[in-house]
Amino acid sequence: MSVEEDQRAIRCLVAKVGLDGHDRGAHVISRAFRDAGFEVIYSGLHNAPDEIVQAAVQEDVDVLGISILSGAHNTLVPKVVAGLKEYGAFEDTLIILGGVIPEKDQPGLRDAGVDAIFGPGTPMSETIEFVRENAPDR
Amino acid sequence: MSDELLDDLLDGQYRALARAITRIENRSPGYRELVAALHDHTGDAEVIGITGSPGAGKSTLVDKLAKAYRDEGLTVGVIAVDPSSPYTGGAVLGDRIRMASTTGDMDTFVRSMSARGQLGGLSTATGDAIKAFDAFGIDRVIVETVGAGQNEIDIVRTADTVAVLVQPESGDDIQMLKAGILEIGDVFVVNKADMSGADRTVKQLSEMLEGRENGEWTPEIIETVATSGEGLDELLETFASHREYLESSGALEEKARTRYAEEVRTLLREDAGSLLEGEIERRGGMEELVDRIVARETDPYTVADDVMAPLEECLAREEREHEPSPR
Repeated sequence: MSVEEDQRAIRCLVAKVGLDGHDRGAHVISRAFRDAGFEVIYSGLHNAPDEIVQAAVQEDVDVLGISILSGAHNTLVPKVVAGLKEYGAFEDTLIILGGVIPEKDQPGLRDAGVDAIFGPGTPMSETIEFVRENAPDR
Repeated sequence: MSDELLDDLLDGQYRALARAITRIENRSPGYRELVAALHDHTGDAEVIGITGSPGAGKSTLVDKLAKAYRDEGLTVGVIAVDPSSPYTGGAVLGDRIRMASTTGDMDTFVRSMSARGQLGGLSTATGDAIKAFDAFGIDRVIVETVGAGQNEIDIVRTADTVAVLVQPESGDDIQMLKAGILEIGDVFVVNKADMSGADRTVKQLSEMLEGRENGEWTPEIIETVATSGEGLDELLETFASHREYLESSGALEEKARTRYAEEVRTLLREDAGSLLEGEIERRGGMEELVDRIVARETDPYTVADDVMAPLEECLAREEREHEPSPR
C-alpha cells in the first residue's frame, strides 16, 4: 500500500499574445483563477505564439487562456493551435480566449480549435465554472 | 500504464517529460513505478539550487544562467517553485515572465511547481522531477525557490551546488546570524551589486561565513547584477569549481548517498503513515480517538502505542521467523 492520493490541481496558462500592452484583464483573471484554487502560470506581456506553445507544453497545463485585445487573433491563435498539435498537446488542452473578439470572427476561431470565447463583461464566475466543467479529465 | 510514457520520455519527447512531471506532482496512480524506472537512467545531470528572499533577483539570474549554458550547447531544465495558498490551494506561478532570454527554446525546459499545501511532499516531488529531467538527458538542472522555510531548504538540498542570493541592505547582521539559510550555501551571491550598500553586505556576509567550511570547500561570495549579466562569468566559474571539488573530493558521491538514504526514509515514513492511518480508521477514526482523549479516558501517548501495536507485533514475528534456528 502506498500513498497515492490524488493531488491534482487544475493548471492554467494565462498568456498575452502579440503586441497589445494591456494586461489588467490577464491579471484579474489570474487572480480569480488563483482564488478558485487553480494553479495559474502567467507568462507576461508580448508573447509570441511559439513562446506560448513552449510554456503550455512544458507546464502541461489543462487550460490555456489567451487574452487578446489587438485584433490579431485570426493570425496568432491558429499559430498557437498548430504549435500545440505539433507537440501532441492540442487534444487535451482546453483553449479559451478573452478580450475583444468580434462576433463575426468567432465561428472561425472555434473551427480552428478554440473551446470558448469570453467577451468583455463576462462574469468571472461563468469563466471559472466553464473551466471546472470542461478541464480535460486526464 | 506508463511504459509508453517512459519510452517516449527516454526517446526525448518534450510532451512525455511534461506529462511525467505532472504524474509526479499529482501522485497519480503508477507514479512510483515511473520514478523507479527512471532511476536507472539518472546520474548525469548537474543540479544547481538557487534560493533567496523574494525580490532578490533569482528568476532573472536563472534566466541568464540558462542562456549561458545554452550558449555552451548544453540543455537546461528549470524547476521554479512558488508558494500556494494554504486556503484555496491556488497559486500564481510567475517566474516564467523573467525567463525572457530563452522563450521559444524547448531545450530550456521550465517547469513551475507549487507547494500544493503539503509539508515535505514538495521536496519529494521536486527530487522526482529532477530525475525526470536527468533521465530525459538534460545537462543542467536549476531549482529555484524562495528561501523562506524548512520546505524550501529541503528542496535546495536536492541540489549538488546551492547558491544563496542576498540583496544589499536586506537586513542587519542579526538577520544573517539566524540559522538556516547561511548554512546551506556553497556560493553566496550578492545580487544588485550596483546598489549602494552592496559592499557592506559583502563585508557582513564574509564575517558571518568566516571559519565556516563545507568539508574542504570554503563558501565563496560573488557580486552580480543579474539584469546586465555583470559577474555572471565569475559565478559560472565558481559553480564549475565547486563541481570539480565535489567530484575530486568524493563529496558528490557522499551527497548522493545521503540523498538516497533520505529518500528511502521519506518513502517509508509516507508508507508507514498510511498503514497507520488505516489502523486509526479501523479503531473508529481519529474523531473518536480524540473524543476519548478529551474525556480523559485515555491520552495521546497511549493511543499512539495502541495504534502502533499491531505493526510492532507484525515486525517482531517477521524477525522471529527469519532468525536462524539454533542447532
